Amino acid sequence: MRFSISAENRPIAIASLFIVVILLAGTAYTLSTTGNAPLLSPKYLLQLLQTGSFLGICAAGMMMVILLGHIDLSIPWTLTAAAMTATAVGGELALPTALAVGLAVGLLNGFGVAYLRIPSMIFTLGVDTVLRGLMVAQTGGFAPQDSATPLMLFLAKDRLFGIPVAIFVWAAVSAVIAIILTRTGFGRSIYATGSREGAAYLSGIRTRSVIVGAFVISSLCAALAGVLLTGYSAKAYQGMGNAFLLPAIAAVVLGGTHILGGRGRYSGTLVGVILIVLLNSVLSIMQMPEAGRQIIYGAVIIGMLLVYGRNQRVTS
Amino acid sequence: MHVANGKRWLFQNLGFASALLLLLALYLSYNMLHPRGFSSAVAVQNANETAAIAFVAMAQTLPVLLGGLDLSVGAVMTLTSCIASHLVNGSPAEILFGMALTLLSGTAFGLMNGLIVVYGRIQPIIATLATGAIAIGLALLVRPKPGGDVDGDLNWALTNSVYDFAETYGFADGGNAWWLQPIANIPVPVILVALVAILVWVPFRRSVTGRTVYAIGSAEGPAFMSGLPIHRAKVAAFAIGGFFAACGGLYLAIQTSSGNADIQQAGAYTLNSIAAVVLGGTSLLGGVGSAIGSIVGAMILRVISFYFRILDIDPLLQPLIEGIVLLVAVSFGAFRTLRVKNKLDLFR
Repeated sequence: MRFSISAENRPIAIASLFIVVILLAGTAYTLSTTGNAPLLSPKYLLQLLQTGSFLGICAAGMMMVILLGHIDLSIPWTLTAAAMTATAVGGELALPTALAVGLAVGLLNGFGVAYLRIPSMIFTLGVDTVLRGLMVAQTGGFAPQDSATPLMLFLAKDRLFGIPVAIFVWAAVSAVIAIILTRTGFGRSIYATGSREGAAYLSGIRTRSVIVGAFVISSLCAALAGVLLTGYSAKAYQGMGNAFLLPAIAAVVLGGTHILGGRGRYSGTLVGVILIVLLNSVLSIMQMPEAGRQIIYGAVIIGMLLVYGRNQRVTS
Repeated sequence: MHVANGKRWLFQNLGFASALLLLLALYLSYNMLHPRGFSSAVAVQNANETAAIAFVAMAQTLPVLLGGLDLSVGAVMTLTSCIASHLVNGSPAEILFGMALTLLSGTAFGLMNGLIVVYGRIQPIIATLATGAIAIGLALLVRPKPGGDVDGDLNWALTNSVYDFAETYGFADGGNAWWLQPIANIPVPVILVALVAILVWVPFRRSVTGRTVYAIGSAEGPAFMSGLPIHRAKVAAFAIGGFFAACGGLYLAIQTSSGNADIQQAGAYTLNSIAAVVLGGTSLLGGVGSAIGSIVGAMILRVISFYFRILDIDPLLQPLIEGIVLLVAVSFGAFRTLRVKNKLDLFR
């Protein structure tokens, strides 16, 4: 008997299968060492999703950019800059300030990539360095206010009906992104532009605006993740976003989105994020040293992509 | 005839030529502003700080020429410096063996990258993101805590001028021989980078394999249809990239007499290498540029940071100014958009 899964869903199916495998392997480990199975308890799973929400929101924005065949390397310091500016402003205005920072960075990135036609790889890298410089210059001379506002604490730490609020935020972002990608003209334009920008342009799509829009969404997501992370760790600090760039790219690609653009589904990115967060969590439960974690992490990405992420052979 | 050739060269290497000009202007004015400018001591210090990033930028060049990107160069450099911090000491034979093994391990890692990219058919950027994590993991296994032991003589000889090198190893009359005088004041790291570039990069660039790398970056399909060895070229490009990264790691280990599996440092080197490659006139779309340009790009990056020492600028502003210089430099590429006649040419 043969299953037939469409090529688009295959990565999602395989990655989901792998999540189950990790859960079972982790449970087998804890059963053999301590005799109980904390991995399968709802409490643990909810906490996993709560810590995964920061990466999940970053990856959601990153996916929009990768679908265009571009990449956003400015996520770490967009996240940090938004969080640090927001806490410095403080009070009611903190959240709007963070989003405004995200909006500004996104517009700048989009302008550089869409209008100046500089490869996104290097332009967003430059923007990242400039943001780092701004934050170092701003906070170097004096210690600004860096503690999270009550709203941030609520968004990141509180629970509604027993479920962490951060998960609701992630779910809301996911719903918005999924609707944009599947139900709106903007979403279809993203896929078209990512497949072949020239053809999309000739079909009447304003590809430059589409690119700017995708970069704005990416930066807004990074800023939102920064707000949540500030709430979660109760303060904003330099370098808080550094741990999110490469895992976000990895999550998007593991979910079946093609790194050169044009193909991929949002559910895949969700699965990719859960896979990475779960893998990290299980490895730390096993008390795997950092060296082993890095090696396993890299090997898993390579292994999964060898199974389903291979390119076409060049034949002409 | 010669004028015409020169003009054509300039037109084809506009990015490289302007980078070279920028470097000359920056470095000359730096030396004029420096109270002890144009001296061997200043040059030695500058060269020491530039050598590792110059090697890593060379390593990044080859994957970029293919139209890809190698996110593992910084990690491979870190891994090889950790290996070198164990092996490069003892008797002269042991030191040489350790250096060879260090370079070999970097080359082997690059070879693995190439095999994964070619036969696994995974995009270079994402494949090297994963292998970069593996390299850092291995580096942490090799050296869980910073430290190590590198031969002291070697450290002294390779981080000073040629005169000190000769004096340490007692040849050319301890550095006083007449034939050594013209080059006695040149810093050894400059010689090392130049040697690697001339002995490895130039022959590779002129070989069929090397030219195939350029052809793949320009248009992979036609390169394949022309019967060029595209698989061999890709694997070779990544392997040589690994070799250059290992040169950087080996130098870093000798310079600091230790190894340190620092994830942040590896990431910073990788990102700086991309910046250096672009500043040196290599196109991120592939097919245009050279490793020599990347060395120039790396030097520009470093010279900018030298200025903070001699000018009275708040050191806290350093990352900001570095970032702005990078952004402005790459934004010059936007003039291309003004030249295109057909708008469709903009869309690659």
